[in-house]
Amino acid sequence: MDKLLKLLKENALETPENLAKMLGVSVEDVKARIAEYEQTGIICGYRAVVNEDQLDIEKVRAVIEVKITPERGGGYDRIASRISRFSQVDSLFLMSGTYDLLVFVVGRTLHEVATFVNEQLATIEGVLSTTTHFTLKTYKDQGVLMKIEDDHERLQVTP
Amino acid sequence: MSDSKSPRDFVARHVSGMPRSGIRDFFGMVSTREGVISLSIGEPDFVTPWHIREAAIWALEHGATTYTSNLGLLRLRRAITNYVKRSYGLEYSHEDEALVTVGVSEALDLAIRAVVEPGDEVIYHEPCYVSYSPVITLAFGKPVAVATKRENDFRLRREDIEPVVTDKSKVLVLNFPTNPTGGVLTREDMEGIAALACERDLLVISDEVYSELTYDSERISIASLPGMRERTIFLNGLSKAWAMTGFRMGYACAPPVLVEAMMKIHQYSMLCAPILSQEASIEALKNGDGDVQEMREAYDLRRRYIHGALNEMGLSCHLPGGAFYAFPYIGDTGLSSHEFSMRLLEEENVACVPGTAFGPSGEGYLRCSYATAMDEIQKAMERMQRFVASL
Repeated sequence: MDKLLKLLKENALETPENLAKMLGVSVEDVKARIAEYEQTGIICGYRAVVNEDQLDIEKVRAVIEVKITPERGGGYDRIASRISRFSQVDSLFLMSGTYDLLVFVVGRTLHEVATFVNEQLATIEGVLSTTTHFTLKTYKDQGVLMKIEDDHERLQVTP
Repeated sequence: MSDSKSPRDFVARHVSGMPRSGIRDFFGMVSTREGVISLSIGEPDFVTPWHIREAAIWALEHGATTYTSNLGLLRLRRAITNYVKRSYGLEYSHEDEALVTVGVSEALDLAIRAVVEPGDEVIYHEPCYVSYSPVITLAFGKPVAVATKRENDFRLRREDIEPVVTDKSKVLVLNFPTNPTGGVLTREDMEGIAALACERDLLVISDEVYSELTYDSERISIASLPGMRERTIFLNGLSKAWAMTGFRMGYACAPPVLVEAMMKIHQYSMLCAPILSQEASIEALKNGDGDVQEMREAYDLRRRYIHGALNEMGLSCHLPGGAFYAFPYIGDTGLSSHEFSMRLLEEENVACVPGTAFGPSGEGYLRCSYATAMDEIQKAMERMQRFVASL
């Protein structure tokens, strides 16, 4: 991956001035390249990675394994795309193995998620079965460890 | 009754005459202050990659708590010789041409003690890592320093060394990339030095512990040049490349008689390197190429940043070709290295080691380590810029 993208993926708040110094290019160049990435959709957005376990908000996350019937001509796409449009659905993947779709769902309460699965997801024509797993605790999310490793003390001056 | 000896009188004269490391004095001053941003750390700020730490834990769980062969675990020596072959194209036998040591520091000490006799002259380049001169002195050799210069990007050329070569010269110690200057050698430099070593029959001890952190040029070991394998002791370790300083792992590769000589001292003084560190090192050397590349890329960004920032504030600094140190010239400020770093510490709470800690030719310079988180480097550069502007 381009070094600029890699840096922005690590810290989207890094200033163009600092990025320019790190990459050994001009500030204008950095700004132009970011603008181009944004225009072409390579950069789709910027958001903070939040450890929601630490917030005092009610939020439930669940992973749902969904088996569906593939369709002639479209395979899994039509049903997958239909499910992906629900606002409760955070991510959705087509998987190999014993089920077809893996759906990450977010809701305010257990009840809300259960209702979504029972009434909206499971009732879609072509959905054969669902298995719902509720997440209990987040250890790592999007490559970020939720618990920062204890800082072992380094000597302040070493040869 | 004659006067009895005080504890001081028991200390050997060649030890009591040896100066303390300037780094230790500076450390004493930094450690009394709070809120210091330290650019004076000579070790990576990364934690050892998890898969390597996990290998050490696994080994401990499975009862790896014993001595190993004096030379080191055979599996590790095989991993070392394979790694050295694929990294430098250098072939050594894991049976009798590789020795596992407690850090490169031990390897250097062993190499010097194995070959130096009283009065032998050992040539090394300066500014340099703090232990070269003392280790030579402890072996009753005569340290002969050659200064590397800013106008040559702190490279070392044949013509720099030639004037100090005498009939007593026996060893040439090289450390490229260099701590503290970040200097690297070009292939031409190396060929010139190699030719001189062959002509004047010098043994080369090449400390390449920063070699994995070479940024712009190809990574060559002088041992790989024609005629050099038989007169080179190649030293490297895992501290810098895999952020494993606390594991204390180094190694030496050389022709069998030289390894045998070093091993003799090692077996009577150290016995062997710690087994857990050896197990962790096997994992690093076998499966850790990606870690090195990732860390090198991270250092490279900081390197360009700090180089840009230092020059922007008016401190002339060459782009370091290796290691993780920038070595700016501060002579134009009218301050000595010591004054500059003391005032920078007192006025802006930024710690950089004065160049003189690395030998008298370091006067006029400052060592700024960029093995520190990017945001800390940025803060340090802002403070330093303010300090320089106030002079």
